[in-house]
Amino acid sequence: MSPICGGHNLTGIFMINYFFRRLFTFVLSLALASIVIFSLVEIAPGDPASFMLGINAQADTIAALRAELGLDQPKISRYLAWISGMLTGDFGISYTYRTNVTEMVGDRLWVSLPLALYALLLSTVIALPTGIYAAAKRGKAGDFTVISATQIGIAIPNFWFAIILVGIFAIKLQWFSAGGFSGWQNGVLNGIASLTLPAIALALPQAAILSRIMRSALIETLGEDYIRTARAKGLSSWQTIWAHALRNALIPVLTIIGLQFSFLLAGAIIIEQVFYLPGLGRLVFQAITQRDLIVVESVVMLLVFAVILVNFIVDIAYMLVDPRLRQDSI
Amino acid sequence: MIRPSTSLQFGILFCLAPLAMATISFFWQPFDITELNISNRLKSVSLTHPFGTDHFGRDMLTMIMVGARTSIAVAFVAVGIGILIGVPLGLFAATCRGSIIDDGVMRFNDLVFAFPSLVIAILITAIAGPSAFNAIIAIGIFNIPVFARISRAAALSLWQREFILSAQVAGKTGFRISIEHILPNLMHILIVQATIQFSLGILAEAGLSYIGLGAQPPTPSWGRMLADAQTMVSLAPRLAIVPGIAIILTVLGLNLLGDGLRDALDPKLRGSIKK
Repeated sequence: MSPICGGHNLTGIFMINYFFRRLFTFVLSLALASIVIFSLVEIAPGDPASFMLGINAQADTIAALRAELGLDQPKISRYLAWISGMLTGDFGISYTYRTNVTEMVGDRLWVSLPLALYALLLSTVIALPTGIYAAAKRGKAGDFTVISATQIGIAIPNFWFAIILVGIFAIKLQWFSAGGFSGWQNGVLNGIASLTLPAIALALPQAAILSRIMRSALIETLGEDYIRTARAKGLSSWQTIWAHALRNALIPVLTIIGLQFSFLLAGAIIIEQVFYLPGLGRLVFQAITQRDLIVVESVVMLLVFAVILVNFIVDIAYMLVDPRLRQDSI
Repeated sequence: MIRPSTSLQFGILFCLAPLAMATISFFWQPFDITELNISNRLKSVSLTHPFGTDHFGRDMLTMIMVGARTSIAVAFVAVGIGILIGVPLGLFAATCRGSIIDDGVMRFNDLVFAFPSLVIAILITAIAGPSAFNAIIAIGIFNIPVFARISRAAALSLWQREFILSAQVAGKTGFRISIEHILPNLMHILIVQATIQFSLGILAEAGLSYIGLGAQPPTPSWGRMLADAQTMVSLAPRLAIVPGIAIILTVLGLNLLGDGLRDALDPKLRGSIKK
């Protein structure tokens, strides 16, 4: 909205201005998200206290438990208590397990976070070379092969791929276990082994998407004038890609990698079901079915926070990296 | 007339197959799948049962045919929700571009995008009860910001064009310009996006049904068939492979159709893909 007339000072002011505007929308998004999540969970049918005590429970017992859990408080004060608790790192006490939600989330993060990172690593390792290769061979048989493979990769539901992987590598060949997680205390290699099939299942469709983005970003960069100059200087096609094009083409790719990370953290829910992994997704799924509202609220809020934070960081990083964006009004 | 691209041809072919199966299943089904026939269970591929039978003795081909209805119906209506709410929202935001309404619509979009769609879909179906209808709502909600965003972006660039300026000079209101001039020029973008969202809808429906939150038994759905197949994967891998291939071919078909239509409808891109 504010016109920028160039000059270092004005650019600096604009960047600070942009940063604070973006910070404001970041906080606003979090506040709105918390209200939406709280309201959604509140309208869920089923009283947690009655659910915990079973169908034969007396009315006064249920009332006592409701008071103990704080469910008899007005909605506004429960919302404020939840938010202020989350801000200080106290996510409350799980209705079902009677344990600290912060600890439960911490335990589950030890599965979900390595799984997301493992899948992201696999997807990047597959996607970047194939995407670069396809761009370099644009229009030739190699490009066509990569494009066709990525089309199929995108179409494969990851949980179906997971079932097939279990059928081949766990049941038939018995290289990996079919599910479960033995925990990191039994050795890092054991832990990695139990996350391997889930990570492959998660990584494949992501790799297909990333490979296509790598390819198109590189093709676009290769059409720029400075690339023609580099070729005119006598650099070979691969030298040009390596020395000039790749670095610029990586900017959109890095953005997608960032966004994929937050997706993998939250999107592993079905894969965790297939492999019986005690991750965040499975925790929230079980909590929904058990009416453990406080766990549902806290975990969903945490996942939304991760997505909003990644978006925020990506936007700020873009602004710092790409001078053209500083000129645009946002 | 431009020759349709290979993507478009394969796209149409792969999309017509499930559509035809779903349509035929309304008039004729090879076997009755509401009847369980345990003595006929896990029969392998034969002329009578081209895809074999499942663990309840039901014909897999019929299951796939009837399951196609669920997948297509859920994804279709979910895309419809996205278009019917998202497009007017995007056009309205573009008409009031730069205003607080425009900003509000965009921030709303960002907010919906920030939610992990699968988790919220699970939450919605858990709140409202698992059913195909609730799966439609859960998937449809996330289509709204997609259509709002692309129609706003495309409409914004159209608002700068001379023919819109002349319509403004002629005294037409923002609403009339949006309906009469902007919307027809957005159609090609919307059609392409609809095919992409359709394919994502098929995947989402399969995922929700797989964890038991989509179509409920006895209604067959491809996702439910996969859930049933999981425990049988060592005994009869075919039970997992057949519905999986059905999902993959349909999604692949829709993506190819989207690519083909984009090339065919957008003259700027025509011929630039494979030359």
